[in-house]
Amino acid sequence: MTNTVHSNGHIAIQANNMHVYYGNFRAVKDITLQFPSHQISALIGPSGCGKSTVLRSFNRMNDLVATARVEGEVLYHNHNIYDASVDPVEVRRHIGMVFQKPNPFPKSIYENVAWGARVNGFKGNMDDLVESALRQAALWDEVKDKLDQSGYSLSGGQQQRLCIARTIAVKPEIILMDEPTSALDPVATLKIEELIQELKKSYTIIIVTHNMQQAARASDYTAFFNMDEDRAGYLEEYNETNELFTNPKNELTEQYITGRFG
Amino acid sequence: MIVREHFDRDLRHLQDEILRMGSEVEENLVTAVDALRARDLKRSQRVIEADHWINQRQLTLNMEALTLIATQQPTAKDLRLIAAVMNIANELERIHDYAKGIGRISLMMNSDPIPPELMAEFPEMAAKTGSMLHRALDAFINRDDALARAIPAEDDIVDELFNKALKKMTEAFMHNLTSYEDINRLGWANHNLERSADRVGNICEWVGYMITGKFEEYM
Repeated sequence: MTNTVHSNGHIAIQANNMHVYYGNFRAVKDITLQFPSHQISALIGPSGCGKSTVLRSFNRMNDLVATARVEGEVLYHNHNIYDASVDPVEVRRHIGMVFQKPNPFPKSIYENVAWGARVNGFKGNMDDLVESALRQAALWDEVKDKLDQSGYSLSGGQQQRLCIARTIAVKPEIILMDEPTSALDPVATLKIEELIQELKKSYTIIIVTHNMQQAARASDYTAFFNMDEDRAGYLEEYNETNELFTNPKNELTEQYITGRFG
Repeated sequence: MIVREHFDRDLRHLQDEILRMGSEVEENLVTAVDALRARDLKRSQRVIEADHWINQRQLTLNMEALTLIATQQPTAKDLRLIAAVMNIANELERIHDYAKGIGRISLMMNSDPIPPELMAEFPEMAAKTGSMLHRALDAFINRDDALARAIPAEDDIVDELFNKALKKMTEAFMHNLTSYEDINRLGWANHNLERSADRVGNICEWVGYMITGKFEEYM
């Protein structure tokens, strides 16, 4: 199986023989995957194949599920983020996450962006940080005159970009996105995809998507996950997106991406 | 439920159309040469007229393929099939242009009779090219990569016949066997046949790409 992709740059994060359990149920088995820096990697696969579980394992979000357990390792700067000595809050500062449904806080646009930085004890010029994050999230021009209005006053697509700005404001290295556009209309979706292309200059992005065309359009690398007979998700194929969508190596990948699966 | 039944049906339709177009092109190439040698101007005229139909087929096939790309988001094998269909249709259209050219030449010839030895190689060239084309489309339908890869080498035979005919034409010119204009026209017919076989080679390359996902030049 191909799970190492060739890229000139270095690897931002990698999973080695990672298994994830919920109680006795093994949700994901034996994932070995490397994500190149400053690239966009998409995780695709049928419902229940564990792609969101894998994504959440990369910033210890699964810790919030009482029965979840991770075996194997996830290396970030040569450290296993699951080592006992590692503080998961610190992990999440470096590896941020954007969720499926935009989830701004019930606060002003400004406070939504400033919040994370404030919690992390940011000492610099907060106005500059908020502006910079909103600019990077391609939202500044739309909100600069109403920063004191509630985050909820924005459209769905704007709210999602606000959440991206909030993530950016704590200056992470990696941004995980769990189906970030599934609640958005097509135009808002394309805006987010454009934005992601810009963001990869500064961040490494890993995105879970149900939308294969989105993976094809917006990512550099694609990992296809499938489910085994025991319902455990596993990595079926990983390759450059162009290659995976024009000439997949595995028959199951072929069936899935050509829409003839199951 | 069969997933993507309609899409599969549309893809089959594209392939059927390639076969239809291909058999017409194969037949007309042979006919063009027969009519030229037999001085059957009516048949030459029919080959010329058929070119309009072939052009229409090529255009329709390309439009249908583009519609599938726009509406079905094809990937992997499906996408490669569509790419192959578009390119094969274009190659077939060009080969038919060559057949039509031979039809035109037939109508333009002055001499009567034309020294038959100047056209002695043409039937074999047309038959060989037709046979290569036929098998290239077999390889297309049967997803036969090995066959697609094997066919282009046969172009050497057509090239040899081309050189043989060319030599005779040069000699005929030097010995004033027939009019310079007619020798020149036959030279173009010779060229058309040689180029047709080259284009069958291109078709084989697209068939190979469709099957393997890698585009390789076979010649």
